[in-house]
Amino acid sequence: MARDDDTLVQLLTPDGERVDRAVGPDGVEYSVDLTDDEYRGFYRDLVTVRRLDAEATALQRQGELGIWASLLGQEAAQVGSGRALRPKDMVFPTYREHGVLYCRGIDPIMPLSLFRGVDQGAWDPHETRCGMYTIVIGAQTLHATGYAMGITMDGKVGGDDGEAAIAYFGDGATSQGDVNEAFIWSAVYTAPVVFFCQNNQYAISEPIERQTRVPLYQRAAGFGFPGVRVDGNDVLASYAVTRHALDHARSGQGPTLIEAFTYRMGAHTTSDDPSRYRPPAEAEAWRSRDPIARLAAFLRKQQIADDSFFAEVDEQAKAEAVHLRERVLAIPDPAPDSIFENVYPHGSPLLDGERARFNAYRQSFEGSAH
Amino acid sequence: MATEVLTLGKALNTGLRRALDRDPKVVIMGEDVGKLGGVFRITDGLQKDFGENRVIDTPLAESGIIGTAVGLALRGYRPVCEIQFDGFVYPAYDQIVSQVAKMHYRSRGMVRLPIVIRIPFGGGIGAVEHHSESPEAYFAHTPGLKVVTCSNPADGHTMIQQAIASDDPIVFLEPKRRYWEKGEVDAEAEAYPLHSARVARPGTDVTVVAYGPMVRTALDAATAAAEDGRELEVIDLRSLSPLDLGPVHESVRRTGRCVVVHEAPSNVGLGAEIAARVTEECFYSLESPVLRVTGFNTPYPAARVEEEYLPDLDRVLDAVDRTYGW
Ligand SMILES: Cc1ncc(C[n+]2csc(CCOP(=O)(O)OP(=O)(O)O)c2C)c(N)n1
Repeated sequence: MARDDDTLVQLLTPDGERVDRAVGPDGVEYSVDLTDDEYRGFYRDLVTVRRLDAEATALQRQGELGIWASLLGQEAAQVGSGRALRPKDMVFPTYREHGVLYCRGIDPIMPLSLFRGVDQGAWDPHETRCGMYTIVIGAQTLHATGYAMGITMDGKVGGDDGEAAIAYFGDGATSQGDVNEAFIWSAVYTAPVVFFCQNNQYAISEPIERQTRVPLYQRAAGFGFPGVRVDGNDVLASYAVTRHALDHARSGQGPTLIEAFTYRMGAHTTSDDPSRYRPPAEAEAWRSRDPIARLAAFLRKQQIADDSFFAEVDEQAKAEAVHLRERVLAIPDPAPDSIFENVYPHGSPLLDGERARFNAYRQSFEGSAH
Repeated sequence: MATEVLTLGKALNTGLRRALDRDPKVVIMGEDVGKLGGVFRITDGLQKDFGENRVIDTPLAESGIIGTAVGLALRGYRPVCEIQFDGFVYPAYDQIVSQVAKMHYRSRGMVRLPIVIRIPFGGGIGAVEHHSESPEAYFAHTPGLKVVTCSNPADGHTMIQQAIASDDPIVFLEPKRRYWEKGEVDAEAEAYPLHSARVARPGTDVTVVAYGPMVRTALDAATAAAEDGRELEVIDLRSLSPLDLGPVHESVRRTGRCVVVHEAPSNVGLGAEIAARVTEECFYSLESPVLRVTGFNTPYPAARVEEEYLPDLDRVLDAVDRTYGW
């Protein structure tokens, strides 16, 4: 396990001890000061996104989803960073950011529709301030950079109404040309963008050693902006580091690369077989760093929450999951000729003709056993 | 015993293994091709037997995979690159089209790039977007590249070995939805030359031209048509660039009717090229225009409607019927 704990910003130990402040490799001192309610809120988010994720995995196993990319193990990185965002900030996710979407207030059925194959993940990026899922690795980092350049051009940096963009991607993505181009562009244009890399140690079967010989956060230095490595299983540190990087961006100081050091507890997707490339002991070792258990330990020790709270959160998460399941099963299949919609904003003669012939052809089967 | 029954996936795996065995300069490279054996397991077990220098897990960077293959080829290697899915070849598109395709020409023949670019292509497996594309026309349109596709295990087994042995850069398209279909593979059988089409089923009434995943569909249509007394001749193109249209012309001169089937959109696609050439060569034999049955001119749709998008047996038969309407 490639670990470099000295550099890891951590505000909550795996045993649930609060660390008052931690200095990152960027020289910044990080801390959080949350109310009890906020601590409980983080816990509720973590449990809920894990429960919804588990439901989606179950739905896939039952043939209701074509495939599912689970976030199991990465809840803290996603909830911590997601809760650090302000409403006006813009999110550019990849395909595993269900927890970020949840924090963004996006109906959890949205990504499920995509993985069920009824649509391609069409939530409204303008209204939700969250881009659609990006499957081509790394492409969204350039979109985030361009969006951030637009923020600067609109004069929305440096003041109280400052905005920022955040791009999510994995450790594997850092090898892509697009990601490296995004680093260059954002640096030279001082774009208000945060690069949030969830280093979950694997790109499908390939360990992090196949993507890099230096800790990923150190890459930032070569591009000319700060890089910081945070304990991605620590929701408080993930929150603090992301909040700082966003503030840094929106105040006009340019990009930051955050490497959230975490672990993908499950398979890459439901089509994957990690037993081919991952020693079981490795996942075991990471289990002791579980993001939910450690926050629970802290809440108990500090008497911020008691049994009834934990039971109530579990109940509520379960109810949300059941509700989600019912709705997924009720999603209708798209109308056959919907495939011709939205290819162009104003249609096209080629497609109009094709659609008419398609419908006539389908009607020719009407009444037959087809 | 030279004949075995294998799936297309296993036939390709066996072909790759034989190529690695035969020539120490052959290297396989791509994402997850090593320990995992590729997401479709086409390279299963090869790293274990040939080592990490022959079967190379690469960083997650397609431009890098093809760009470094160029350098390896300059150094005397024969790289076989795996692109994980059709929709992920585009980050490498610049390297393929601007570099790989042109170097032999630019160097007046001094540089040869015996690179094979394997791409699982086409739909029918219910995947999410970017996992079901048919990019063949982009590559077939590019001078300097050759493009081939297999439709069955026997061809998969020989064609991959022929492609690796070839000095040309070859885009090798694998019909992913046929990976699990079985067929006889005879390692000792005499192989067709790589760039030749093949009559997959002889017939007298209509020539159906297909390749890759659609060959099975065309054959099924021919079986159905036979029950109605129509004999379709199915031609499997195998090579998309260069096209071997000799057998197609010969067939159309007999049948007088021609239907071209592919999954890719029709607009500026291979069907248009084939229809034009058949029309030029067989004009006086044709009883009706050459018809195309293709995917629609939309992005590949969501999985729940992909059956509407993909040409199926009924659409092929419908086109066959229409050729009788003139
Ligand atoms: C350009 C491109 N190449 C290949 C793939 C296939 N693929 C999907 S996810 C993945 C691994 C990504 O790993 P990483 O960036 O570490 O993110 P993670 O899934 O681990 O969160 C690969 C190779 C893809 N989606 N896009």
